[in-house]
Amino acid sequence: MKLPTPPVPKGLRRKPAAPGTRPPSNGAHSNGATVQDPKETKKITKQRQREALKQQAAEVPIAMVGWLDERTGGGPFLRAFLFRKVPKGTNWYYTLGSATLFAFVNQAVTGVFLAMYYNPSTTQAYGSVHHMINDVFLGEFVRGMHKWGSTVMVVLVFLHMGRTFFFGAYKYPRELNWIIGVVLLILTMAMSFTGYLLPFDQRSFWATVVGVNINASGPILGPYLADFLRGGAEFGSTTLSRFYAIHMLLIPGLIIALIGAHLFLVSKLGTTAPPWLKAEKARDLAQEEI
Amino acid sequence: MGARGLEKPSPEPCNDRIYVDCRVPRALNPSPFFVADSSKKKRSPYTKDRGTLGAFEGETITRRRLITGGALAAGGVATAAVGLPALGFALGPVFEKTEHQGWQDVGPEADFNPSTYVPKVITIDPNIGEAGKTTIYVRRATDKDRSPSDKGKAPLPYVAISTRCAHLGCPVRYVQAAERFICPCHGGVYDSQGKVVGGPPVRPLDRFYTRVVAGRVQVGQRFSVNSKLERFSPRDPSNHLDGLWQYLYPSRPTT
Repeated sequence: MKLPTPPVPKGLRRKPAAPGTRPPSNGAHSNGATVQDPKETKKITKQRQREALKQQAAEVPIAMVGWLDERTGGGPFLRAFLFRKVPKGTNWYYTLGSATLFAFVNQAVTGVFLAMYYNPSTTQAYGSVHHMINDVFLGEFVRGMHKWGSTVMVVLVFLHMGRTFFFGAYKYPRELNWIIGVVLLILTMAMSFTGYLLPFDQRSFWATVVGVNINASGPILGPYLADFLRGGAEFGSTTLSRFYAIHMLLIPGLIIALIGAHLFLVSKLGTTAPPWLKAEKARDLAQEEI
Repeated sequence: MGARGLEKPSPEPCNDRIYVDCRVPRALNPSPFFVADSSKKKRSPYTKDRGTLGAFEGETITRRRLITGGALAAGGVATAAVGLPALGFALGPVFEKTEHQGWQDVGPEADFNPSTYVPKVITIDPNIGEAGKTTIYVRRATDKDRSPSDKGKAPLPYVAISTRCAHLGCPVRYVQAAERFICPCHGGVYDSQGKVVGGPPVRPLDRFYTRVVAGRVQVGQRFSVNSKLERFSPRDPSNHLDGLWQYLYPSRPTT
């Protein structure tokens, strides 16, 4: 079924010129009287120029949007996506996914800026974080946003997952979206694990030693997995750069790609109504029951 | 059958669009799904005999198939040429053998005694500063410290115990009053020989080979021990060593 496309928002619609505002080409007043006074003429010309300029300026954003829309066809898509119909009973719990996305964007943005000051070498890492927090303007704030934002993101991921579970939103045809979500959860955990080492203080060092050795506890393959994480049999300088690369390049790329797939499926399949709402019966069937 | 079927006799059923081209007459469609005895006939190797559209004389594979397959193969080779070296580069350290640091001097024999442990610092990885150093506990060996692995040979002259907890690798410390090694992370407790007496560790604390050269004590490579203090090649923390477990974990030949 094809839904009708919602209307273009008011601000983007082309307005017809108000009656009497169009400057007549014959140099006459809108009332038709000819003006003789040269001073008056000059004044009126200036006014008309100003008005024309205003009108032109107002056209610029519309023209820009139109230019983009003509080349991408994004307008109808965006309108259908942003003004799409949602089921009755949609409530604040449905915003947890967007909140998680916001937390991720916050991590990405602050992470990019932290990378400008961070130095992933075993001898410099702690010092560079120390410098970032204590000397760089707003460094403590941006680093705090990243540190606390990671916790916020994990909490939001779980709340979002809980909402999906308790509302039964993982059921057919949305199983694939649940699977993608689980992979995103695991990747978020991997982000937390790899990011924890980067300050390279005593706590992060020993926590990572313990975490890597938990991987080593699996029989046969475990120690090799630990070797992969450490970049060798011993915790060394490779370990830190390896964790840094995984934390800022490998996993974020995977997460962005999977968030794209996640959102695509959400927009394609739509959201579910909360479980306490029953589907409305067809009118004739309801009358029959009465 | 509905009334509609009577009004307009349906054409011959041809729903199988995967195997048969419905646009061509059936005579040119020798599909096993439509011709009853075709299973006995041998399928011709020539595309022309098989009735493929646009077939050429003497052709056994259509050009479309060949070029599609060729393009896929070329793409696969190009991807592998880039991907496999990159993967090997990332996985390389797993298969690398780390050379241990050799014998390290920890002080003259007079520094040590048989009753208490003396903490000493040795280097595991010289490239990463403080993080590459570790504390070991050293004492002179007594008759009680004989290992079943000695097999009549002279035992190691000194007991050098690694502070790497056998649970998950946290640093243990020796508490003289209790004569116990205690791990701060998850409560592992070891006796004065490094054997587990409490908590989650799966085997005794690792040790180092020791020797005396010109009156100075030197420690060498790390080794792991099981609960009978038999020597094994070095293992990661959390790897069991008793019974069959010793075969389920590979050795990690490092300091």
